[in-house]
Amino acid sequence: MNMIILQDIAYFVLLVGLSIPLGIYMYKVMDGQKVFLSRAVAPVENGIYKIMGVKGNEEMSAKKYALSALVFSAVGLFFVWLIQMLQGVLPFNPASIEGTSWHLAFNTAASFVSNTNWQAYSGEAGLSYLTQFLGLTVQNFVSAATGIAVLFALIRGFILRQKATIGSFWTDLTRITLYVLIPLSFVLALVLVSQGVVQTFAPYREVAMLESRAAQTIPLGPAASQIAIKQLGTNGGGFFGVNSAFPLENATTLSNLLECLSLLLIPAALCVSFGKAVKDSKQGKSIYIAMMILFVAALGITTISEQYRGPVFEGIVTSGSMEGKEVIHGIGASSLWATATTAVSNGSVNSMHDSFTPLGGMIPMFLMQLGEIVFGGVGSGLYGMIAFVLLTVFIAGLMVGRTPEYLGKKVEPYDMKMVCLIVLAPLMCTLLSTAAAVMVPEVDSWLTNSGAHGFSEILYAFSSMGNNNGSAFAGFNANTVFTNVVGGIIMLLARFIPMAAAIFLAGNMSKKKAVAVSEGTLSTTNTMFVGLLIGVILIVGALSFLPALALGPIADYFTMR
Amino acid sequence: MEKKSINKSILGDSLRQSFAKLAPGIQVKNPVMLVVYIGAILTTALYVLSFAGIKDENGGYIIAIALILWFTVLFANFAEAIAEGRGRAQADTLRKARKDVKAKKLKSTNNMNDYNEVLSAQLKKGDIVIVWAGEQIPMDGEVIDGAASVDESAITGESAPVIRESGGDRSAVTGGTTLVSDWLVIEVTAEAGESFLDKMISMVEGASRKKTPNEIALQILLVTLTIIFLIVTATLLPFSSFASSQAGAGSAISITNVIALLVCLAPTTIGALLSSIGIAGMSRLNQANVLAMSGRAIEAAGDVDVLLLDKTGTITLGNRQASEFLPVNGVKEQDLADAAQLSSLADETAEGRSIVVLAKEKFGIRGRELSKMNASFIEFTAKTRMSGIDYQGIQIRKGAAEAVKAFVLDNSGEYPEECEQIVRRVAGAGGTPLVVAKNNQVLGVVYLKDIVKNGVKERFEDLRKMGIKTIMITGDNPMTAAAIAAEAGVDDFLAEATPEAKLELIRDYQSKGHLVAMTGDGTNDAPALAQADVAVAMNTGTQAAKEAGNMVDLDSSPTKLIDIVRIGKQLLMTRGALTTFSVANDVAKYFAIIPVLFFGIYPQLTALNFMGLTSSITAILSAIIYNALIIIALIPLALKGVKYRELPAGKLLKQNMLIYGLGGIAAPFIAIKGIDMLLTACGIM
Amino acid sequence: MTKSMKILRPAIMCFLVMTIVCGVIYTAAVTGIAQLIFPGQANGSIITVTLKDGTQKDYGSALIAQEFTSAEYMIGRPMGTTNLSPVSEEQKALVDERTDWLHTLDPDNTADIPMVLVTASGSGVDPNITPDAAEYQVARLARERGVSGDDVRAIISKYTTDRFLGIFGEPAVNVLKVNLALDGLL
Repeated sequence: MNMIILQDIAYFVLLVGLSIPLGIYMYKVMDGQKVFLSRAVAPVENGIYKIMGVKGNEEMSAKKYALSALVFSAVGLFFVWLIQMLQGVLPFNPASIEGTSWHLAFNTAASFVSNTNWQAYSGEAGLSYLTQFLGLTVQNFVSAATGIAVLFALIRGFILRQKATIGSFWTDLTRITLYVLIPLSFVLALVLVSQGVVQTFAPYREVAMLESRAAQTIPLGPAASQIAIKQLGTNGGGFFGVNSAFPLENATTLSNLLECLSLLLIPAALCVSFGKAVKDSKQGKSIYIAMMILFVAALGITTISEQYRGPVFEGIVTSGSMEGKEVIHGIGASSLWATATTAVSNGSVNSMHDSFTPLGGMIPMFLMQLGEIVFGGVGSGLYGMIAFVLLTVFIAGLMVGRTPEYLGKKVEPYDMKMVCLIVLAPLMCTLLSTAAAVMVPEVDSWLTNSGAHGFSEILYAFSSMGNNNGSAFAGFNANTVFTNVVGGIIMLLARFIPMAAAIFLAGNMSKKKAVAVSEGTLSTTNTMFVGLLIGVILIVGALSFLPALALGPIADYFTMR
Repeated sequence: MEKKSINKSILGDSLRQSFAKLAPGIQVKNPVMLVVYIGAILTTALYVLSFAGIKDENGGYIIAIALILWFTVLFANFAEAIAEGRGRAQADTLRKARKDVKAKKLKSTNNMNDYNEVLSAQLKKGDIVIVWAGEQIPMDGEVIDGAASVDESAITGESAPVIRESGGDRSAVTGGTTLVSDWLVIEVTAEAGESFLDKMISMVEGASRKKTPNEIALQILLVTLTIIFLIVTATLLPFSSFASSQAGAGSAISITNVIALLVCLAPTTIGALLSSIGIAGMSRLNQANVLAMSGRAIEAAGDVDVLLLDKTGTITLGNRQASEFLPVNGVKEQDLADAAQLSSLADETAEGRSIVVLAKEKFGIRGRELSKMNASFIEFTAKTRMSGIDYQGIQIRKGAAEAVKAFVLDNSGEYPEECEQIVRRVAGAGGTPLVVAKNNQVLGVVYLKDIVKNGVKERFEDLRKMGIKTIMITGDNPMTAAAIAAEAGVDDFLAEATPEAKLELIRDYQSKGHLVAMTGDGTNDAPALAQADVAVAMNTGTQAAKEAGNMVDLDSSPTKLIDIVRIGKQLLMTRGALTTFSVANDVAKYFAIIPVLFFGIYPQLTALNFMGLTSSITAILSAIIYNALIIIALIPLALKGVKYRELPAGKLLKQNMLIYGLGGIAAPFIAIKGIDMLLTACGIM
Repeated sequence: MTKSMKILRPAIMCFLVMTIVCGVIYTAAVTGIAQLIFPGQANGSIITVTLKDGTQKDYGSALIAQEFTSAEYMIGRPMGTTNLSPVSEEQKALVDERTDWLHTLDPDNTADIPMVLVTASGSGVDPNITPDAAEYQVARLARERGVSGDDVRAIISKYTTDRFLGIFGEPAVNVLKVNLALDGLL
């Protein structure tokens, strides 16, 4: 256990240390300032605006910004849907994989466009190289960039005064992709290859096994390039079926450390960018700390549960629960990853969450159910968190005898409507789709486990899709018409309702004038507020999901042998 | 307005109202309570169905749940009715004043005896009426001739009559008030149904009460929470059905229990009390004799962080007093006192009288008969800024340094340098220098001292702690103003204030993001009043001022602004505190209900029942009984408002979180356990 | 240009540009450089052995487990992924089955069996076992191979990787490499 704690501490030191410079860098990029890459990238950037036929400095209204984001995503959805169904007749398909079913294609398209990256398919068996790099890799980049773009639109809503605009979607999307995502992914991808993550267009390799001399297929493909952005962009859709548990996707302890750091890096750094952008670093810091506290608490419970609450078998050395975990990751790195990937809406896995102990598996599920705001998706996590901040400000602000305000902007009925939409959409999607699923007559046949754990598999699946996470209790058979269609729809709703609400919130905030700060203003940077924020998040989350969790992991815990 | 406590008639009336408010049309307006209302109807229907053999639960249990839900709705209705009750009682008193009277409508302003008698309700804007002593003023209006004392107790509750006269800032009269002496010619400025009294009645009655923006925003939050819980509880039906089939034990939870759980979780406490809090806030304002033209204004009062306070009456006692005679070189102090006294004999102002008093105290100078001296008194005007006396070819003047200087120089006299120094010194010390001159000779300076009120410094200190800036508005010169400002401890001051300067100041603060409150009474205050976020017009003020403001202070008290801010803040705090309490309650209710709810499916979940509740029946009953009773228990708090202290935001938050947040979590644990024990003792299992 | 086209045109153009930049150029650049600098790793870390007769032979990927069932080979983790709850009855049955099999393979060994030998991994092809799981098999391997325990331990230690920087991850023994070495191929 001491080694695990040491590993976790070292991880946090690295994470915080890297997130601060990256956060400042991203703020500069999105603010249009010159950065060290400007000389090389600026000409490309301007060329892209020319091709697109837009002006780099355009100012959009909230409506235009929202429409641009939605239409752009719709184009992506259509393309990814199509390319999967047609992959059988398209090039870069050495394994001769056939086109997928319409519903699986829809689910996967919705999954990648919504930054969920739920995998109802198994990469090496179901998708061609072309689908992977031309369809999925691209969405890995742009869905992440879209989330970050919207976050900065919202930030502008807070810093602009009596304006009607919130910046340009095309500029935001392009800059974040060119200056941040591609350079980071490029470096990470090459380091991953050095560790043994595959990157080739060569077909799968057949080898004879040592003992049995039977044939074994080694699946290959252009994986590292996609895995890098999958980790950095809170996407999580693995190149291979079992994701980063697969050694060719995550080969060594170093590759695991880097992938695990990349999971949290940008969402954490965005807290720093936020503080910089609103010209009050403490604002970013207090959110960062609130997220970190929730994260550390979750990590603690998961790790302890995996290490000490695992099964005890007669004649077997009692150690942590190793079912579904790789030897090189062990309990520590597996628990850390499981917590990180669900705190962040990444959803990649390096171990099988379905095989976690009841409480160890409940925490990742609960982190998703909180609405993917404990760091959450790149951009989307922070704008979701800001919705919770506004909720906290609203209640706490009243208690100091003033109508609520945040960053100098009053929180009024319209803003409250948007905040409620952001909070409500994922929650409704999750609960309603889970309820629909358990009413499907053949639902039993989709499950690997039975009893309370069986219910957990369903709840986990729809919590994952309903909050754009993408990880799974993989015993759940996801590739059915019901889950593909319903899941696809809720992934889109849970992504784009809050996103649109955040953009319109930005537009409304941008119109307002700023209120002066005084002793009578509720501080949103002190310990008290951080505590309240955590309280509000936990209470909303617990009140919404405690009954369901009681029938799943909690019952599982109390009924386990 | 008479301050009425909740008496028996209001209680009885409110009880009747609680049932009247069960009408669906009224229930629809409060979405949170609507859920309880529908739940009550559904459980009642389930009870009826249980006779037809369709058994959701045991019949006795269903009807118990149904009854508690009906009581919950009634309690919420009662809370609203009782809050409105106080207003209704006030409105009744006001209505008595609004009775129709015969008005004497003049045919022309020339002849005051040539009039038609018409009913006050038929008066039109612009009509001219005459009112004699003993008669009631028929309609709101502007005095265009005459002066009279008016008894305004019908609206202000203040029995001492006030002066109303044409011209100046005391020209507005209100319909329903009564002339005590003399006569007034009045131009009617309002018509029946839109008079001040009408507005007042509808305001206190709550009839025209629109939901304020913050109330709407909170309502959105409450509705969202209710939707969440609706989904949470509704989905429990399929969840529990599936779980029981997986576990091979128990059954899906009953609809009765789903409804009970929903009502427990929905924010019914704040939902039931929300409108009462708003009405009670308005009511508290009315009790302070302030009439808000909209609920929005009260909320804005909570947000105000800059108060423009008139120096006189708010910061200093109304009057300045002479405290010293300061002669210039060569002049005897007694001569100065003598001249000053002479010039002040006919001066009826408080300053004038204080000079006479000081002269008597210091040198025993007695009053003299002016008429014998063949003297004529020169009155102070804003233009000359001097007053004085002319007798036997001698001219004595006292007044502002600038004015007297000009007077002396005009009479080819000299204005000594020493006098300038004294003037500066006096002004620098916060006093008002009055220069006294005899013909072309300057005699010296009378030191008029402003007396800062007791306790204002501490008051402003408290306001500062809350983040509220106080700005003193005065006509004094900057040096005088600065000295008083320092003594009183205000944050800033506006000296030599003109209406334009005031308006400019307000705009300036607003552009920096501040919300500004001010009081005003004159017509020339109207633009500033219209600009301010909270603008309190004095009831004694002009019609223009009243129309520009968003509140009217019936007492015309300059310190009222501070009370208004307190009431605004208290209203918002009460809203926040009860919301927090309501949501915090849910945590305990969950712990009471969840473990027992799924007991049949997973008996092992009893491990979570650390409250040790007897059975699912007692647990659910206890929770919803608590849920209903807490509404009644919190009505006094909703009406009175939470305790208010002038503290910085951080401390206020900490205190309120401790009481309503932590208290909100702890209270139901204790209460539910208690009720459960009681039910168990009664043999309900 | 109609209003909807004003959004649709940049949306489509943007999508095309991004597809080329992120899909084609980026992927091609990473692949090109990877193949140049790390050809072995980029192509699946295939273990190629030059036999005594000079021919080269592939023995699978160093990162993908192979199934070993006979007593003379080091046994790896059970193949395949189960996704079972670790505390379920189904899991207990599987673990019991694996325990019995290990006991029949090495009836003399009465020590408690290390957890990883009876639990499946997440990938189903975990190439590693823990050092204690390797140690558990030393006596059997030495006996079957007719070498000393220390010889076996030397091989195991050679193919054991430590934590990264002594902090991150867990020590692991590569089963395929140990078995290749036992066969004298590595």
